[in-house]
Amino acid sequence: MTNLLLFPILIPILTASVLLFFPKRIAAQRAVTVVGLVASIIAALFLLRTVMTDGVQAVTLGSWPAPFGISMVSDPLSVSLVLTSLLITLGVVVYSFRSIGEGREKYFYYPAILFMLTGINGSFTTGDIFNLFVFFEVLLLASYLLIVLGGEKRQLRESIKYILVNVVSSAFFVTTVAMLYSVVGSLNMADIAEKVTEIGQSGILTVIAVMLILVFGLKGAIFPLYFWLPGSYAAPPVPVLALFGALLTKVGVYAIIRTVTLLFPHDPGFTHELLMILAILTVIAGCIGALAYYDLKQIVIYNIIIAVGVILFGVAQMNMAGLEGAVFYLIHDMLIKAGLFMLIGVIIAITGTSNLREMGGLMKTYPGLAWTWLVAAFGLAGIPPLSGFFGKLLIVQGAFEADNLWGGIIILASSLIVLLSVIRIFIHAFWGEPMPVKGTSAGIYRGLLIPAVLVTALTVFYGVGTEWLRPLMWDAAEILHQPSIYIDAVLKE
Amino acid sequence: MSVIIGFLFMAAVYLILSRSLLRVIIGTGLLSHGAHLLILTMGGFAGPAPPVVADGVTDYVDPLPQALILTAIVISFGVTAFFLVMAYRAYQELETDNMTLLKGNDEHD
Repeated sequence: MTNLLLFPILIPILTASVLLFFPKRIAAQRAVTVVGLVASIIAALFLLRTVMTDGVQAVTLGSWPAPFGISMVSDPLSVSLVLTSLLITLGVVVYSFRSIGEGREKYFYYPAILFMLTGINGSFTTGDIFNLFVFFEVLLLASYLLIVLGGEKRQLRESIKYILVNVVSSAFFVTTVAMLYSVVGSLNMADIAEKVTEIGQSGILTVIAVMLILVFGLKGAIFPLYFWLPGSYAAPPVPVLALFGALLTKVGVYAIIRTVTLLFPHDPGFTHELLMILAILTVIAGCIGALAYYDLKQIVIYNIIIAVGVILFGVAQMNMAGLEGAVFYLIHDMLIKAGLFMLIGVIIAITGTSNLREMGGLMKTYPGLAWTWLVAAFGLAGIPPLSGFFGKLLIVQGAFEADNLWGGIIILASSLIVLLSVIRIFIHAFWGEPMPVKGTSAGIYRGLLIPAVLVTALTVFYGVGTEWLRPLMWDAAEILHQPSIYIDAVLKE
Repeated sequence: MSVIIGFLFMAAVYLILSRSLLRVIIGTGLLSHGAHLLILTMGGFAGPAPPVVADGVTDYVDPLPQALILTAIVISFGVTAFFLVMAYRAYQELETDNMTLLKGNDEHD
């Protein structure tokens, strides 16, 4: 029993609380935020090492025995997601120094990011389904603030829809938890999993499973529940967009992974088949969107939807290869989306527009940006040895092993469309005749490009270091495949 | 109780689908009330029994749903307050509270 796994949740919330006291002193805000994030990253690294050597870590708050107290559980999947979120947030915070603007920095921008991070890390770590709801609300409230901060007309208009969608889905979540509690009589996820195994997954439990997929699907943007995402995500400024795109939908995806692997794995003929069909439709809808727009933000936003579909397709296979691929692809996608959004932020800062038709020829003036974009684009599409390749390989392998030939082929074909959509940005923005651009000072350009390059470099290492990361991913997938490891770690304390 | 919950959900859906932003917010409030009552119902009724376990008390009610409702009420209170402030700001900026006029986006197709 160790409290180590609480540190990545507690350090951000404490830092954010401290930051609330001096909102107008920007230099201090920046410094304290970075210090807090670095401290959380160190704690997460220690936690990663502990989880790798000693197995799943669990702590029950208030020292109540496991099914009664609120459990926090850190398995390889959740700790690697926590670490990835922290690294991305650090990158985005450094990126914000030059791009978010003083007005927002003075009005609780950094505390909001840290509160959101608290919610995200808490959702990844918690082992209690009602506690998951609470952490969801923490991250959602902070995200409401981030999406509306600045108060532009467009932000206000889109955030009303964003809040409405999320309030309704939260009400559904509470309803579902209530029904689950009445059937199973427990809220601890490990305990629920054990009881569901004992009493068998009857019809009502399958209904609850589908309702949970619906609730998390609204947050994670699966077909047909992604309708709110493109509009809402395009409204806030680019650093906020990068955070949302990289982290928020992935929390929903993580919750779906937990639901279908830990709580309700007993009726794969219905729930997993449903999930697979939805995942394939998500991929197809995302592909159509990614090709349809001439707007930089929209193209990359639709790529989020494609990635969500690919990950959930891997999960729906429910075999080792599919699950390991899904875990690999999940972390790859968080990193690469953060990198891509930061890079389009640089392009928008230079050209002053996000319309592809109004830009061109940046290759001559900004070669560094162009090559970074090309590397990130290839990484997203999964060209070996970059980061997207191995995850997709495993997912497709899992699909073939589970005899889902056509699903695998659609996933492969979607890679080509992803490549086309991002290379289209490359062709329009970097090749062709130079267009007159707004331009930006060298200092701002460097301040924006350096964090973007660092995050992209991280994805390259993630791809090249696949062999080195394999044991971690294998452990993560094994726990998803055999939930008894997770259940034992929580209940046997 | 189930009938009340169903009625609350029905009214909430009707209000959320209406055009005025204020009605939409009231609708979300009703929706969360319905959800809270559902938790209470799902915990089972035990009459006037207290939610404490002590020596000699044999007749007690499950305290967990009450704790859950308390948490959920606080959260929905906070969210509703935020939503109301946002709606007011949006009304000031956009000069409308009509949801159909808030449609659309200004993307480059």
